[in-house]
Amino acid sequence: MYRLENTQQGEKYNTIFSRTTPAQRRKRNARSRLRSRLLLGLYLFLMILPIYWLINMSLQTNSEILGSMTLWPQNITFDNYIRIFTNSSWYMGYVNSMLYVAMNMLITICVALPAAYAFSRYTFIGDKHLFFWLLTNLMAPPAVFLLPYFQLYYSVGLFDTHIAVALAHCLFNIPLAIWILEGFMSSVPKEIDETAYIDGYSFPKFFVKIFIPMIRSGIGVTLFFLFMFSWVELLLARTLTATDAQPIGMIMTRTSTASGIDWGTLAAAGVLTIIPGILVVYFVRNHIAKGFALGRT
Amino acid sequence: MNNKVRNNRAWLLVLPMLVLVAFSAIIPLMTVVNYSVQDVLGPNARFFTGTEWFQTMLNDSALRAAFIRQIIFSLTILAIQVPLGIAIALIMPKRGWQASAVLILITLPLLIPWNVVGSIWQIFTRGDIGLMGWGLRELGINYNITRNAGDAWATIILMDVWHWTPLVAMLCYSGLRSIPEAYYQAARIDRASKWAVFRYIQLPKLTNVLVIAVLLRFMHSFMIYAEPFVLTGGGPGSSTTFLSQSLATMAIGQQDLGPSAAFSIIYFLVILLVSWVFYTTIMHMQKDKNPHGGA
Repeated sequence: MYRLENTQQGEKYNTIFSRTTPAQRRKRNARSRLRSRLLLGLYLFLMILPIYWLINMSLQTNSEILGSMTLWPQNITFDNYIRIFTNSSWYMGYVNSMLYVAMNMLITICVALPAAYAFSRYTFIGDKHLFFWLLTNLMAPPAVFLLPYFQLYYSVGLFDTHIAVALAHCLFNIPLAIWILEGFMSSVPKEIDETAYIDGYSFPKFFVKIFIPMIRSGIGVTLFFLFMFSWVELLLARTLTATDAQPIGMIMTRTSTASGIDWGTLAAAGVLTIIPGILVVYFVRNHIAKGFALGRT
Repeated sequence: MNNKVRNNRAWLLVLPMLVLVAFSAIIPLMTVVNYSVQDVLGPNARFFTGTEWFQTMLNDSALRAAFIRQIIFSLTILAIQVPLGIAIALIMPKRGWQASAVLILITLPLLIPWNVVGSIWQIFTRGDIGLMGWGLRELGINYNITRNAGDAWATIILMDVWHWTPLVAMLCYSGLRSIPEAYYQAARIDRASKWAVFRYIQLPKLTNVLVIAVLLRFMHSFMIYAEPFVLTGGGPGSSTTFLSQSLATMAIGQQDLGPSAAFSIIYFLVILLVSWVFYTTIMHMQKDKNPHGGA
């Protein structure tokens, strides 16, 4: 970040007032950059280890896993993955999870966009109370709602459907989406709204044509968080499903049978749950870098 | 906030959200309140019990122990994750393919379903097939999470740090990225030390994202359920049984509707209170620092 030594004025200024020469300083900067790279490398290495171990196990047969300790697979086998992709009760778990996550993202973003706009642009009766109440839902532990949810969705006939899980995850995802989006929207100057109205745009047209493109990266970051929290949540998803809409996380528990745990398949299934996440981060990485904090600085 | 327009028709924009959240928050909460004052013996056999369940729950020593355990756990992980997250954000590369690559790698643990996180660590820490358990044993350290409560605690904290520090790091990273280059140049001209740059430029600019990070981490640490459940099952004994797990066992496992409902409400109120205190103090701190709003 420190680019000043390349600018002429800075060079002169620093040369006059500091005892170190620019060359010395550049050397010191290079050394500190190297040190931070090493530290980061160490962190990433330690962080990756458990995941590496999972991948390592997913490529071994159970006898090799339980046999001697090896740091990498001796005879690479893809049997564990083949077992998952050829068994509909396995791969349907991924389909179910993705279905309810997608539904949840769609519902949440549709209701959160107008609501966040209202919070960022207008004051209205009870707005502050409403905002805090929304945040309290973010704090509500799913365990508190387990039983009532089960009964509620059972009585309206939504039990064991994807939409039930999608709706249940709205509990924490809608407040989060409004919170993030409100920050991004507040960073867009109000004058843009006013100019658009003067130019004869109606509110819906302005919102879709002008406003939404302006907060694109905010929506990207929001979608990332919605995906993340819906994809990883399992307590509610497990309670609200039985067979037809079971998330993959629950199906993984089947690997433990009377004859012991099928470690290889468990590891392979675990590896596969990470892949959708990697894809999502890959697509929104620039938005994340651009700033979650954009509206809140 | 800057000159917002007063307009009560804005309620129309909030309405769809309100209907949905009410469906997923208010109706279930009412049911919980309803249960908490009744003794449910069967579909048509319910008796009003008043505050009896609340008294039982408040006097339950196991729950009190779980609560204290929860508080210690939450404070510990906050004390580790926040500084560590800031440190990682500071040393992350700023641009180019390296920045993207590090960002993707760092967010990996966040995108793993919670019980899979438990499974990964269960595998990783096992003495016979796990790298960490095996490594520690080779080093001559007696490590066993199913027998030794201390080991179980250390492992759960390590797992949580592994799992959630990326969130703090990611938020701080995006906060750092939003600091204009001119600030650093000014600091350069003043010959500010690295520490001064951090203390007077980076840290104040990070306050906002840190509020989000601390609040999210605090709330989620209270909800922690799947990871320790898979890893240790709450054991050995009840040394790693946290609040959510006690609640889930009571409500689903034992079907004690009344007590678990009363417990839920107490639980909810505690979280509400703590979060409210957190939220308002932080907001006040920010207001004092910038009396005209905005940093």
